[in-house]
Formats: sequence, C-alpha cells, structure tokens
Amino acid sequence: MRRISQYAALLLYLVFLAFPLIWMLSTSLKTPQEMASLNPAWIPREPTLANYADAFGEQDLVGAGLRSLIVAVASSFLTVTVALPAAYALARYRGVLKRIALGWVLVSQVFPFILIIIPLFMVMRELDLVNSLTGLVAVHVTFTLPFALWMLQGYVRSVPRELEEAAAVDGAGRMRAIAAVVAPLLAPGVVATLLFSFISSWNEFLFALVVLKDPDVMTLPLTLVRFTGPEGVARLGPLAAASLAATIPSLIFFAIIQRRLRSGLMAGAVKG
Amino acid sequence: MGKKLALAAVAIAVLATGCGGGGTGKSSDGPVKLDFLSLAWQKESVEANKAIVEEWNKANPEIQVTYVQGSWDNVNDQLVTSFEGGDVPDVFHNDSPALAGFASKGYLLDLKDKLPASLRDDIPQAAWDTVTFDDGSGNEGVFGVPFLQESQVIIANKKLLDEAGVRIPTPAEPWTWNEFGEASKKLTKDGTYGVAWPMKSPVNKVLNLALNFGGTFFETSGGKTAVKVGPEEKAVLQRIHDQLHKDKTADPSALGMGTADPLPGFFAGKYAMLPVGVYLRQQVAEQAPDGFEWVTLPPLKGTTSNQGAVSQTLSVPADSKHQEQAVEFISFFLNGKNQARLAKGDWLLPTSQEAASDPSITSPENGWDVATASAKDLVVAPFLKVNGYDEWKSKVATPVLQEFLANKISLDEAAGKLVEEGNQVLERYQR
Repeated sequence: MRRISQYAALLLYLVFLAFPLIWMLSTSLKTPQEMASLNPAWIPREPTLANYADAFGEQDLVGAGLRSLIVAVASSFLTVTVALPAAYALARYRGVLKRIALGWVLVSQVFPFILIIIPLFMVMRELDLVNSLTGLVAVHVTFTLPFALWMLQGYVRSVPRELEEAAAVDGAGRMRAIAAVVAPLLAPGVVATLLFSFISSWNEFLFALVVLKDPDVMTLPLTLVRFTGPEGVARLGPLAAASLAATIPSLIFFAIIQRRLRSGLMAGAVKG
Repeated sequence: MGKKLALAAVAIAVLATGCGGGGTGKSSDGPVKLDFLSLAWQKESVEANKAIVEEWNKANPEIQVTYVQGSWDNVNDQLVTSFEGGDVPDVFHNDSPALAGFASKGYLLDLKDKLPASLRDDIPQAAWDTVTFDDGSGNEGVFGVPFLQESQVIIANKKLLDEAGVRIPTPAEPWTWNEFGEASKKLTKDGTYGVAWPMKSPVNKVLNLALNFGGTFFETSGGKTAVKVGPEEKAVLQRIHDQLHKDKTADPSALGMGTADPLPGFFAGKYAMLPVGVYLRQQVAEQAPDGFEWVTLPPLKGTTSNQGAVSQTLSVPADSKHQEQAVEFISFFLNGKNQARLAKGDWLLPTSQEAASDPSITSPENGWDVATASAKDLVVAPFLKVNGYDEWKSKVATPVLQEFLANKISLDEAAGKLVEEGNQVLERYQR
C-alpha cells in the first residue's frame, strides 16, 4: 500500500514536471481557432503541423540552434577547463588568499547583469568581439565561472585527502595522484558542472542580445523572441512549436548524461 | 581527463571562432551597408517589411540594407547599450514614448530639416507632434518619422447586436458613451455581459479615452507639470466603473485580463463587445470560429471623439555613420504606398494620408473602413511629453486605477492618490 502511494506521488510529481512540456506540445499542434477556445483541450481536435511550418519557415531555427549548440558546448567545456584546477587549489590549500578568493567568487554573483552590460559591451567592442560567437562564449564563460568554481570545489572537497596521501606513500607525485586518483572520482562532479554551464549558456538571452547584431550569428533565444509582440502578446502556435524544438537538444543532453549527473549530485552532497 | 577536457575546449573554441561571423561586415569599398532594426513581429508585417527592404536593395545597389528583427520587450535595453557603446543600427523601429528619453540624451539625429517635403506633407501635424521633443538643451527637434498609430475601437458580436436591436454606429454617427451604456444594458442577458474591459494595463487606455471628455490628467504651468484629476478626467473612469459595479453590464472577472485574453469568452458569447485597440482585429479574424460574425464599431464620442495616440516610429541614431543614406531609406520605406502595406501587415493605422486612402485599408473587410476612419480623431497623447510619466504610471496610476476599478476605493480617493502621490513622483523629475 505504502509502495502504491509512493508511486502515485511520484507519478503526480512527474505530471507536474512534464505539464509545461505537454502543454507546449499540445499548443504547438492546435489551430488558432482551437487556441482561442473557452474550454481548452489536451488533445487537439484537428491537429496541425502549420505552426511548425511557420516557425521553421519564417526563422532560421536550425541555424540558430546550431550556433546555440556551438556556444553552449564551447562555453561549458571552457568553463570546466578553467574552473577545475582553480577549484582544486581552493579546496586543498588553506590560507587567507583562499578565503578572499571564495568571498570574491560569491560577491561576483551579487551584481545584477544589467548594471555591467554597458561597460561589458564597450570592452567587447574594443576587443573586436562584438557580433561574434567567440565573444559570446567569452562572456558566458566569464559569468558561469564563479558558480562552476563553487560547485567544483565542493566536489573536490568531497574526495578524501587521505586517498592522495596514500598515493603519495606509494610514490606518486602530486600531479600523478591528481590524474590517477582524484580525477576519476571527480568525473560525476565535472559532468554536473558541465551540465549547469551548458544549460546556462543555452538559455542565455541578455548578453546574446547586446553582443550579437547580425541575423546570421544570432542564437536560439534571440530567434524565439521574434514570435512575441508588445505587452505580452505572442504568436502562441509558432512560439510553442519553436520552443519545443529548442527544448529537444537540452532533453537529449540530459538523457545522455543523467546517470552520471545523479551520481555527481550525490558525490557533491556528502563530504568524504 | 584534464588533458582531454582542455583539448576539447580548445577545439570547440576554434570551431566557435570559425563560425563567429566577426564584425559588421562594413567595408570602406563597395556599397554603403545599413542595419535596419525592425520590431515587426506579425507574420504579414514581417513579410511586408522584408519585401520593402528587398525592393530598396534591388533599386539601390549602392546602399544595401540588412533587415534585423528585434523584439519589443527588449529593444530599449538593446538600444541603450548600442548608443552608449557607439555601435548603433543605422535605422531603428520604436515608439514615440521611448524616443522622448533617447532624444533628451542626445542619442538621436534631429530629422527636422532632413526629410523630403513629400514625406513631411503626407503626414499630419498631429502625428509629427508625437515625435517632436526637447533635445536636452532646450531645442525642439523631430526625432523620428511616425508611421503607425492605434485607436481604440469596439469589436462586437454581430449576431448579439442584431438580436438586441441596437443601432449599429458608423464613423459619421458614432455612439456616444451614453448610447454605449444603453446598448451594453440591452446586450446583458442570459449569461452574456454587454462588455468586457480587459484592464491589466489600464493607464494608457484610460488616459487616451479620457480625451473624449477633454481629460488630460496633466497640466503645465510656469514650466512645471502637475497631475490633475477633475470632472473631465473622471468622466470615462466613472462610466467604466458604473458598467462594472452599478449597471453590472461589464464582466468584473475580465478586469485583470490582458488585451487579447477575453477573446475565448468573446467567441463563446460570454461578452458581446470588447473595447480594444484596432490591432486586435487581426487575432479576431484569425481565431474566430467558423461562422462567427463580428463587426468593428467606431470610437465612442464624449464631448468629442478625440483619443490620445502615440506612434510607431523610425529613427536614425546620432552616431550612425551613414545618416544621409539612412534618411533616404526611411523616406522610401515610409512612402504612402509602403505605409499602406505596413499598416495592413500590422492591422494598425498609417499616418500617411496617401496610405489612408489606399483601397486595401479602406474596404469594409475586417472593419478596415471603420478603423482607418478613426485615425482622424487621434491627437498626441497628453502623457507623451511628461517627464516621469513612466514612473507615475507604474508606481502610482496602475495600482490606483486597478483598486478603483475593482471597487476597493472611491473615485475621489483614487483622484486624490493620483494627484498627491503622482506629484511627488513628477516633482523629482522637475528639480
């Protein structure tokens, strides 16, 4: 009985989580008339692919998706590459510098992005990075890095120091110990951080809006917003179709690495 | 693992660089390249914009325009960053309230003496007034070309009107507010409300309609602007309130809705009439169930039929490197013929008098004849040139009007708050 209620609760939770996606799918298949019905139905009465035809016909969703993918993958890998050694140093070394560094990482999260957007734009312009995906990757890495660093140093701390000491007793130098002992144990944490960085970059709108100018370099969030008008009015059908299509790469990414993510989250949760 | 990760990161970074686009593509040789930031978003409107740009590019190989589609929700953040950073679009689409702030900061080119006479003369002075602002140093300039405007009309269920036997108003003989009230009473029966007032954002709508009775909400004396709420300003508010709470001919549950939200109820016969902007006809035409008959009724008349209006505009940034060419492009883009195409695409009213007589936007189909005729009563919205209006609107007027319309405070209390708290806000902008 208890098990049944657990499954029922789990099912309800799943429905709760999936509701926006299912509603988006349903909306994307409805005609404008059906969308304006006073009694909305889950299953479209006259399913249509016209919204998908409009969304893909009017906007370069495939190109924008590809650019978003490049930016998100590049940003997430660069973020982890930079954050990992820094996280190790912060987790393993003691001293005033460590406290200052960690404090600074936290402080950097306090600034509202809108405050720094103009100075950032001017810096990007001086570096000739406006209107390029490289520039956007640089911005995403910069702004994802503090939280990624914070996440990763938690994972490093969860790896018992004694394991490295045991490796040292066996004759391994510090680098060898890190490569052979720490790195494999950190893999789940790295995956979780990669995922966080990927999603942050994939969804990011404001920086992309000011950094990217030409239509042929714009990313997916900038393309999706073109289906909306003033005062919250939107072309719901094409917007739902395009948004659903934009969600699919994230879902695939999650599906591929969810097993590692799960173990990663647990690894970070308990200090060894 | 670290080594693999680093290699992957470098490889991807190189890939990103390769796909980067890099720079605006402007070169000192070859044609001048203009970036045109457009906010068109309806399918037909985007198509019309792109088609006009294409025609221009074909006819002007020396001045090539790149069409860039932006969005209304974020355009001002995008523009401020561009203005401050010095990397601006050469022509941009916006609305006149936004231009006031940009002009006072010196971001915009004054177009006063730069536009051809044909364009200047084709657009009435009332529309030019919506883009004439102080440039921040005490001089008035024209900081955009107004091209699309919106009036408030009434979209009604034809069958219910016929059944109730009410007179169908025409542009020559519009309903007065009293007739509208009486018609709403006749239409309210059998679970149907005569009218739904979607008032999620009530301020601009109330202020624009208040001009029907001469209500301006602001008065300027000795260089200082203050809020005023007298009998003229109260007239429309009182009438809407009466429909909601005295006559009970307006559905109170529609009050919190956005403009398009009552459409399902309208199609289902829950409301007979919707007082809304002309652009909503597009959604009605697209979403109405088969066989649903609807009509567009002309704006209501108080002591006059005047309504306040702002304009959609095209402007040139002061930092544009190709100002002359940008003005040339705007003059082409907004000629009478093209304005008719743009108005049709957006279901709005053109400012061009030539466009206003175009058969495509004067036919009875989808209420175009009534909508286009309503443009003659549009005057500059009284709030357009009030410094601090945006803050007054969001911090004072919106909550106060919502409380009043929800019958939580009296009209006198609402008026007192609008004036007292409003003047405190305006005071800060006039020091």
